Amino acid sequence: MRPFTYARAATEDEAVAACTDGAAYLGGGTNLVDLMRLGVAEPARLVDVAHLGHDRIERRADGGLRIGAAVTNGDLAADRTVRAEFPLLAQAVLAGASGQIRNLATVGGNLLQRTRCAYFQDVTKPCNKREPGSGCPAREGEHRNLAILGHSAGCVATHPSDMAVALAALDAEVRVRGREGTRTIPFGDLHRLPGTAPERDTCLEPGDLITAVEVPPLRMPSRFRKARERASFAFALVSIAAALRTDVPGGTVTDVRIALGGVAHRPWRARRAEERLRGARASGEAFLRAAEAELEAAEPLRDNGYKVPLARNLIVRTLSGLVAP
Amino acid sequence: MTDRLEGWEKVTGAARYAYEYPLENVAYLAAVQATVARGEILAVDAEAALGMPGVLAVLSGGNAPRLAPVDDGELAVLQSRRVAYRGQFVAAVIAETPETAAEAARHVRVEYAPEAADVLLRADHEGLYAPEKVNGGFPADTESGDPDAAFAASAVRVDATYTTPAEHNNPMEPHTTVALWEDDGTLVLYDSNQGPSAVQSTLAEVFGLEPAQVRVISEHVGGGFGSKGTPRPNVVLAAMAARVTGRPVKFAVPRRQMWATTGYRTPTIQRVRLGAGLDGRLDAVIHEVVAQTSAVREFAEQAAVPARMMYRAANRRTRHRIVRLDVPSPSWMRAPGETPGMFALESAMDELAVLTGVDPVELRVRNDAPEDPESGLPFSSRNLVACLREGAARFGWDARDPRPGVRREGRTLLGTGVAAATYPASTRPGEAVARAEPDGTFTVRVAAADIGTGARTALAVIAADALKTDLGKVRMEIGDSRLPRAVVAGGSAGTSSWGTAVVRACEALLVRLNGEIPPEGVEARASTADEVRSRQKYARHAFGAHFAEVAVDLDTGEVRVPRMLGVFAAGRIINPKAARSQFVGGMTMGIGMALLEESIMDEAFGDHVNRDLAQYHVPTCADIRKIDAVWVPEADPHLNPMGAKGIGEIGIVGAAAAIANAVHHATGARFRDLPITPARVLAEL
Repeated sequence: MRPFTYARAATEDEAVAACTDGAAYLGGGTNLVDLMRLGVAEPARLVDVAHLGHDRIERRADGGLRIGAAVTNGDLAADRTVRAEFPLLAQAVLAGASGQIRNLATVGGNLLQRTRCAYFQDVTKPCNKREPGSGCPAREGEHRNLAILGHSAGCVATHPSDMAVALAALDAEVRVRGREGTRTIPFGDLHRLPGTAPERDTCLEPGDLITAVEVPPLRMPSRFRKARERASFAFALVSIAAALRTDVPGGTVTDVRIALGGVAHRPWRARRAEERLRGARASGEAFLRAAEAELEAAEPLRDNGYKVPLARNLIVRTLSGLVAP
Repeated sequence: MTDRLEGWEKVTGAARYAYEYPLENVAYLAAVQATVARGEILAVDAEAALGMPGVLAVLSGGNAPRLAPVDDGELAVLQSRRVAYRGQFVAAVIAETPETAAEAARHVRVEYAPEAADVLLRADHEGLYAPEKVNGGFPADTESGDPDAAFAASAVRVDATYTTPAEHNNPMEPHTTVALWEDDGTLVLYDSNQGPSAVQSTLAEVFGLEPAQVRVISEHVGGGFGSKGTPRPNVVLAAMAARVTGRPVKFAVPRRQMWATTGYRTPTIQRVRLGAGLDGRLDAVIHEVVAQTSAVREFAEQAAVPARMMYRAANRRTRHRIVRLDVPSPSWMRAPGETPGMFALESAMDELAVLTGVDPVELRVRNDAPEDPESGLPFSSRNLVACLREGAARFGWDARDPRPGVRREGRTLLGTGVAAATYPASTRPGEAVARAEPDGTFTVRVAAADIGTGARTALAVIAADALKTDLGKVRMEIGDSRLPRAVVAGGSAGTSSWGTAVVRACEALLVRLNGEIPPEGVEARASTADEVRSRQKYARHAFGAHFAEVAVDLDTGEVRVPRMLGVFAAGRIINPKAARSQFVGGMTMGIGMALLEESIMDEAFGDHVNRDLAQYHVPTCADIRKIDAVWVPEADPHLNPMGAKGIGEIGIVGAAAAIANAVHHATGARFRDLPITPARVLAEL
């Protein structure tokens, strides 16, 4: 591990000022410290941002929530309002990691965790995300749990977060404090597709600090479901966060949100499926057609074609469950 | 129901594991691994590493002490320019702190002349050969009758190929050594291993010392599962580094380095042919195994050996072929041989049950062997049928509808499966000392290893029995090569072998005791060499039966195991509490093998890509639901003075087949390749 210095910031100003070149923000450290041990991340300085007062969940005037970036995953999943009004978010968080990790991991850090692609984590092998231009061995190598949607010649990584999938479905926004001041980023714009710059996971600029996530009210039934090889402590093969409202039980879809995890370089909002469903009768048949429309764009690799039927089935099953719980 | 004697120390952290011995002036080692799978080391540039403050030395082929050649090529650490596999140790940094050593190791530049590497096992590999012996000392091939003709003439035939992937042992405590050389030239090793006597003799050979000049201390060991049964390169490297620097050196192999350097189970490709009558009675059993080994060490997984004794059949062939690939050396891993072999054989038996319409329990009962089919020897005891019957009754097997793919609850398919288990009941020679102390207590000494199994406690129970005293009066001393010589904790032979020596020492002591104990105590030593060698000839094996229920998600292909029961016949159970834990532990590993575990070989680079516990999945608590292990009474006078068979490994044997068979019952699809992942299941639903 490369030697580094550590500084605990007391204010946002201090944090942003301290986060100069070669520095990284430290939240719970559950991913960053691992990457430092592996030599994948080599920050010269860690700026601890867990003590800036961003550790609260507040009710917004419109009934939504403002979730501080330093709220731990454990606290977020245990929050009564989150559990009652945003069950997909609580379910998503609880589906991730272990109790011990959730007690350390923060909301901001969760959004910025790096891919678990094996090549990214192995510094003795090429990886365009870690070392731009070095190549992508995953495309022809081990990629069973990598992307089927939106990947590029240079990168087939997936984003590992479950929570981010729920936030994508919730139309959340991310509050960011940067060197130039504060701004708000729609959640769907935070994470990128790899394109020709897979080294960039997000649209954030150096020094940008996530301070909070804004969640508008949901007011419709929602659910998160994650498929994985073992029952706990595993990244998603495919996950889904969905919400659905019909005018009358079994009637016409008036609003629907579908986001998929484990399929792309970012949480994948299934806009095409949503469009198909809005105004349609809520039926298994309609859900299947919508899922298939979304997955027409899928470009599975040699060994991850199973994710296409898996994602399709999860969409149909989850939406069906929301209609007839 | 005896609690672990050292439980308190372990739970509170007082129990000392190898890395934790506090030594003055200790230095730390970090190893550099080869980044090519095959080739020649051209140069090692240590300049940058040596320039870092706190770095004491960099060892590589150029400056490492010369070692005596031994059979195990893995122990010729830094002795050759050849790279035999990716991840092989090619250099090491010794520094003042572990952090400095690790960072400096990253700055050691090794230049290679890489060569094309051959890392993938194939059934038609041109390099396949018949080893002289397979693991356990068995012949590679056996044949009786005319298996091909009998198979061809059989009314019902199963001919299927099963595969199991590379699997890594992954004990919780990594392979760890603290090495120091004393002024008199004695090498002291605080080492995490499965047998201090074996490490002592091997390391003495490697360093050209008398065994008495090597002392190995391993009082507590955090798991081994076979991977610590033979000394590994880490112990040699630490001892070399201590010699070169003149300081005690600590080396705990990082988890990711364990994948290449501390052993694993070879992948297997197994063709099984069963020929039977319409009633399911076997006439032909053919089991042919293909596995891999490395360029530096031959290890031949004996996967077809259980097919030699499991079922009655007049015609039989078993065959092992291995190929030397440019891969890390496979070795002992959780019941080597029996585990992959019985996955194949017991899956094939289930296929036969389906083809004949004979209930899978009944099919096994019908084919039970009255004596060892190959040797003709009588079994010392064989209670496979009792295990099957007891398990069927407890599990509710009789109500089972044999039709596959018909039990559905919502979007879940349910099924149940059964498979048999077996493991040899071995006893090996060894020594023990028993002492009567003047205060009325006893001290019993044997260089056994408790790798988390409860061996220390079992031996104390055995000693207390033999001495006719209370458990509280017995002090067990184990885990030190200065104690009476003992076999490794392996092959499920530990308790049987050590226990025999302990009983004999205690008996000898009782003979010597008459009244008052003198201040210096009374001591008796026993060696079981003659006793073990002169035993009557019997086929000695433990048996068992696994019953599993699975739930298969129709939409996701996820397989869960809501219920599992193991029933075992393993002689007298010495400590029921620890025994249940071992059986259930083995069954849990079986669930991992069936559904999760796979080290994935990267053909382009020649290493396993998923080298940590986030990527190599073992079951979590959430994966283990209702699970239980019980045993049938078994009195076997032909084993050892305890009447006990080893139970360390039988819990995993057959467990994966029971689950795979249950998945077939649930879905109607047969899964012959492990693990049974959602990707594979979805393709069949």
